[in-house]
Amino acid sequence: MAAPVMPADPDLLAGNPKRRQKESIVKTVFAGAATTSLVISILIVGSLLWKAQSFVGDLISPPADALAETRDGMISLSNLWTEQWAPRFMQFDIKTLLVASVIVTVVAMAVAGPVGLGAAVYLSEYASPRVRRILKPILEVLAGIPSVVLGFFALRWIGPNIVQNLFDSAGNQSLLAAGLGVGLLTIPLVASISEDAMRSVPNALREASAGLGARKFTTSTRVVLPAAVSGLVAAFIVATSRAIGETMVVFLAAGGSGNSAQFTVNPLERGATMTAAMASQASGTDGTIVETAFNSLFFVGAVLFVITLTLNVIADRFVRRVRQQY
Amino acid sequence: MTEVRALNVDDTLSDDIVVDDNRVVMDVEDVSVYYGDFRAVRDVHMPVREHEITAMIGPSGCGKSTMLRSLNRMNDLIEGARVEGRITYQGIDLYGPKVDPVEVRRRIGMVFQKPNPFPKSIEENITFGPRIAGVPKSEFPELVERSLRSAAIWDEVKDRLKDSALGLSGGQQQRLCIARAIATTPDVLLMDEPCSALDPIATGRIEDLMQQLKDDYTIVIVTHNMQQAARVSDRCAFFTTEIDATNDRRTGQLVEYDRTDKIFSNPADERTENYVTGRFG
Repeated sequence: MAAPVMPADPDLLAGNPKRRQKESIVKTVFAGAATTSLVISILIVGSLLWKAQSFVGDLISPPADALAETRDGMISLSNLWTEQWAPRFMQFDIKTLLVASVIVTVVAMAVAGPVGLGAAVYLSEYASPRVRRILKPILEVLAGIPSVVLGFFALRWIGPNIVQNLFDSAGNQSLLAAGLGVGLLTIPLVASISEDAMRSVPNALREASAGLGARKFTTSTRVVLPAAVSGLVAAFIVATSRAIGETMVVFLAAGGSGNSAQFTVNPLERGATMTAAMASQASGTDGTIVETAFNSLFFVGAVLFVITLTLNVIADRFVRRVRQQY
Repeated sequence: MTEVRALNVDDTLSDDIVVDDNRVVMDVEDVSVYYGDFRAVRDVHMPVREHEITAMIGPSGCGKSTMLRSLNRMNDLIEGARVEGRITYQGIDLYGPKVDPVEVRRRIGMVFQKPNPFPKSIEENITFGPRIAGVPKSEFPELVERSLRSAAIWDEVKDRLKDSALGLSGGQQQRLCIARAIATTPDVLLMDEPCSALDPIATGRIEDLMQQLKDDYTIVIVTHNMQQAARVSDRCAFFTTEIDATNDRRTGQLVEYDRTDKIFSNPADERTENYVTGRFG
């Protein structure tokens, strides 16, 4: 048996109590910052949903001032499914906005998908490190262009020079022009996420492919792209959600009035997307005073929120799957 | 064959003629490989003979993997890599202007240090090479079986050809990679430390496999493991590093290239002897 150890001074390992106290204050401050952003998010979503449900409630039991704005003195849930979006006249046809949004998004992704993916393949598989060092920042500058600038570009250049040149029937504002503008805006996003996904494919697979006599194109399309497919899908979904949520470009270039937009499935016509309708209504150009009409924008916002949230959750799943694979 | 052999002996030329019976299929003459300004390995002479296993041994950083990757132009994938000297296959300069590196790699296949199956099914791994080479699909089933049998893995995977290759063990994955390389019917197989990521049992399997493959292919293997080189190879090249006086960086060089039994029993160079007897490296 060894001799018992003499107990040392009890404060030997106590350290500096002030420092420990400071540490716990710092922790609280950071926790507070984290909580703030969380609380604000919850408040935003909460107020969105609250106002949206109050709007729906108004449709079920309409207040007098809202009824006064209608031609026939009737409001019901069927006002959500008419032929136009005209909140002033209690016409809240959500499909008018939804279809316009879908048209813009499809056009945007038809541009941003192939171009962004092509750029990603080039950057990840073909470009020498030097070229990549130059090109990648340029791409990121494109991502930094304010959307209002791109909106003007779509309005003044894409509309007249591309859309109207190709289609005689198109006006200088159209869903197509807006879609092309949003597409330009989304290219960097698609390219950047896709490139990350492709670069995370291990080099060993490229070597294996080259060692079997595959050319670079074959390696890119048959090995790298399939291996990165989850990330590519995620890029596409994130970009889609960005395109649906884009406001300024469609507000300027799609030309649809948020106060009276007709239902259309023709991309050459003007149209109001969900975002553009909200922006125009919130900016109150026609002096909407009826509470119910104003609250409709919260309802549209809630629909938009559900769509983008769903897309983001799906994208997140895909990104996670890509991380698990290697 | 026996008649040719007898004739050689009757000629009373040196014994080496009999031993060197096999045709030289690849020749490395005076080769140095650079990465940018850095010379990774210099002055290599190394004829590779048909149906033999040629091993490259030596300490880390001696340029043996670099040398191996120059033999099928895999080094082309590395920015700034450059070969000086002459590497020939069937007498054709591999770095000649008319040569397509893709064609080179179809004839000179490669197996890598870490098993690198594609994240696809076992079957798709095998058919990848033939598919891009334009082999008709109708030949795939037979080709898959033949390749997997040659790599001694058929019995283990025949019931799950559609399963992902990533579900196999490390040793199985490596044999699958060998089968995949064989499926493109190459002449020469380059193996870059094919067993370094495997346990002894899997290593034993791969070594047995190499002996079988020798009848149909020419194999060049890089290995860290001297016992492995002694066990499997017919010829052995010993590389080492030396400090380059001009820039104080290490350059690999070939010290000695000879029959394996000679390298291990009676090496000509003292450095080889020190290495194989374990006094260095």
